[in-house]
Amino acid sequence: MEKQRLQELENQCIQECAPPCTAACPVHVDCRGLALFMARGDFAAAVKLLRKALPFPAVIGAVCDQPCCAYCNRGRVGGAIEMAALERAAARFGETAPPRISLLPSRGKSVAIVGSGLSGLTAAFDLRKKGYSVTVFEKDGRLGGSLREHAAGRLFPEIAEKDFSVIESMGIEVRLNTAADPRDLPGFDAVYAAPGAAPAHAFPAIDPLTYEAGTPGVFAGGSLLRGSGNYSPIFSVSDGRRAAVSIDRFLQGASLTASRTGEGSLGSCLYTKMDAVAPVPAPCVPAQGFTNEAAMQEGARCLQCQCLECVKVCTYLESFGGYPKKYVREIYNNLSIVMGVRQSNTLTNSCSLCGLCAEVCPNDLNMADVCSEARRTMVSQKRMPASAHDFALRDMAFANSDACAMALPAPGGTCSRLFFPGCQLAASAPDHVEKCYRLLQEKLGSDVGLLLRCCGAPADWAGRDDLLEQAIDEFGELHRSLGSPQLILACPSCSRVFKRLLPGLDSVSLWEILDRAGIAAPEAKAAGPVVCLHDPCSARHDDAVQESARQIAARLGCRLEELPFSRRMTACCSFGGLQWFANNKLARAGIGRRMRESTRDYLTYCSMCRDLFAGQGKRCLHMLDLLFEDDAPGRAGRACPTWSQRRDNRARLKRRLCAGIKEETMPETDGRPELIIAPDVQAVLEERFILTHDITRVIEHAEQTGRKLTRPGTDRFLAHHRVGSVTYWVEYTGTGSGPFTVHTAYSHRMEIRERADI
Amino acid sequence: MTTGAKEPSWLCAACGIALERGMVEIAYMGSAFPVELQRCPRCGIVYIPEELALTRMAEAEKILEDK
Repeated sequence: MEKQRLQELENQCIQECAPPCTAACPVHVDCRGLALFMARGDFAAAVKLLRKALPFPAVIGAVCDQPCCAYCNRGRVGGAIEMAALERAAARFGETAPPRISLLPSRGKSVAIVGSGLSGLTAAFDLRKKGYSVTVFEKDGRLGGSLREHAAGRLFPEIAEKDFSVIESMGIEVRLNTAADPRDLPGFDAVYAAPGAAPAHAFPAIDPLTYEAGTPGVFAGGSLLRGSGNYSPIFSVSDGRRAAVSIDRFLQGASLTASRTGEGSLGSCLYTKMDAVAPVPAPCVPAQGFTNEAAMQEGARCLQCQCLECVKVCTYLESFGGYPKKYVREIYNNLSIVMGVRQSNTLTNSCSLCGLCAEVCPNDLNMADVCSEARRTMVSQKRMPASAHDFALRDMAFANSDACAMALPAPGGTCSRLFFPGCQLAASAPDHVEKCYRLLQEKLGSDVGLLLRCCGAPADWAGRDDLLEQAIDEFGELHRSLGSPQLILACPSCSRVFKRLLPGLDSVSLWEILDRAGIAAPEAKAAGPVVCLHDPCSARHDDAVQESARQIAARLGCRLEELPFSRRMTACCSFGGLQWFANNKLARAGIGRRMRESTRDYLTYCSMCRDLFAGQGKRCLHMLDLLFEDDAPGRAGRACPTWSQRRDNRARLKRRLCAGIKEETMPETDGRPELIIAPDVQAVLEERFILTHDITRVIEHAEQTGRKLTRPGTDRFLAHHRVGSVTYWVEYTGTGSGPFTVHTAYSHRMEIRERADI
Repeated sequence: MTTGAKEPSWLCAACGIALERGMVEIAYMGSAFPVELQRCPRCGIVYIPEELALTRMAEAEKILEDK
């Protein structure tokens, strides 16, 4: 991933954008953070936060003109947050002792400030903190300038005295009753003129970005920029702060204009969903300010605006405790590690690649693209942990091996249409593949062929372009040899893979074909069950398939209810992206969430979705159950076939089709010893992704070589054997050719180097 | 299902003798290191308990995979 691409992706996530209140505030007070501390009653933390943006929090709290209010999202549901009153309460209840302001070491340069209004005092405060000697000239007998007249009645003198006392405590020299000409102050390295609403001609050319006032070293701002009728306390503070930045840069010989885009009042790009926000009316602010209870209540009224739209709908994004902007950076950093721990491998491999995040994101950021690309990079760097996808890739290899893969007509023959059920339908309901094949021949003519194999989706999800390419090439060759027939696809994942990698391929969904063929409900099925339709995530953008599925279900007697997340907004069953293998715990949480969307039985048109729901105890039908099963409701409780049964189902389907249709028998490969496995042991094997086939190999190896352990006084043996890159251990009873009772099995990837002579 | 501590120890079925603790080399992801495990002093067959495979070995595999 290129750095520029990283930045583009990061910028698509707006979760870290300032909320509208903070963006609108010209000094960017963290209004959201302040409200949160106030709601918790942590006034000390609240005032500490305020002091990061405001030199005089109590004064601003009393007089602020609150540009934030116009942008506050709460404004539309009850009234904007009373931010100034919160600030005033924070200063009153949170700051019992005078603040300690830390100063940088002296820089040996001096600045004159003309005028002691909010603008001048803010500049004085900031420059003194930066280590400059500062002298304030005020023509009247007290600090405050135009603030005092404009805020009469709101600014209690004791508040101003308390807040401004910090000026002298910082060592700023104040010369009261001293009028000064900003252009005639010899002995100072720079001057900031903030004399209040002075006549416009006093400084005819003030730069709005840098506050330079025509003469080098002379800067001007504050009310004189706005005139006497437009006094704004908070914009005066902002002017003082921004002028201080310019003066500091001027005195250090730095650019006055570089990197200043974030200053002043800005728009916000943060999206906050407001659909479900209940109105809470704004309180009246008493003249003496909020009590601490009232301040806490007002803090609690803040919506704490944030986006997190994707995190709210995705168990994966939620479970890593952040949001895409953070995740994109972590994934990028993970790819860049040369030496060290790759802490984000699991983050990268856990995404189901379902794309729901992009549907809800205001900027269409799709974590599937990020994770998919990152997985490919990990594979190319030879850094992909084998444990993440090995089992699924072995399952794919098996589906495409001679044991399962087959074409009808056999090589040499051609057809005009080709039914491609996908590897998981054959694994889950092999008889339905056969029945569906015959139904298609009945509806469309005998010129329909059948191709049993895997499209390559697992390789795509694992980032294994080599295996994906191989699967697609093999498919392409077979497809051409069959006369390039139109493809009829039962599985939405196959459809997605083929559409992306073979864009010229003529294909149609089985569900559209059945819809058009006018499948009608037999009489007995007229009053079918009430079910919720679960759209597979790979059909998210296939509106036609979604519609056909609904039409077929209705015609087969189902009364359909829509789930809260359906069609384009559908949620993944947790098999997508191989999440089930790479992060099984997360996948179980994700499917649990999907299952709880309704207590109704589910109906779907992806066999993997169907089986995973059933495996977690959610009654679920496959569309073909409605078509081919007399007791469809009963079929919803059918158990999820084990991974071993799935393999056997595929292999058996091929044997049956070869025997039945081609009238030639396949050799029975099943000369394996009989295994007796209790249901609780079977459940453990399933959880550990251990196939009975692997167990058989361990036992056969042990019985042939005699290499096994025995426990005296029992009839039990323990044997291990390495199959591929995994070592399997099996504890069993039985000898010779069996049968064998399996008591437990476990595995590890580490290789034991057994030697007799250590 | 797991190997209880009070059950009798495993013997090597081929050699008919009790296992003893000894150093065994374990390798993964290009790293190899010695570990003390129960093994047959004659033929070298090793015993890895279920609990060890599921916990410490699994953790070590993850660490090595992420290294």
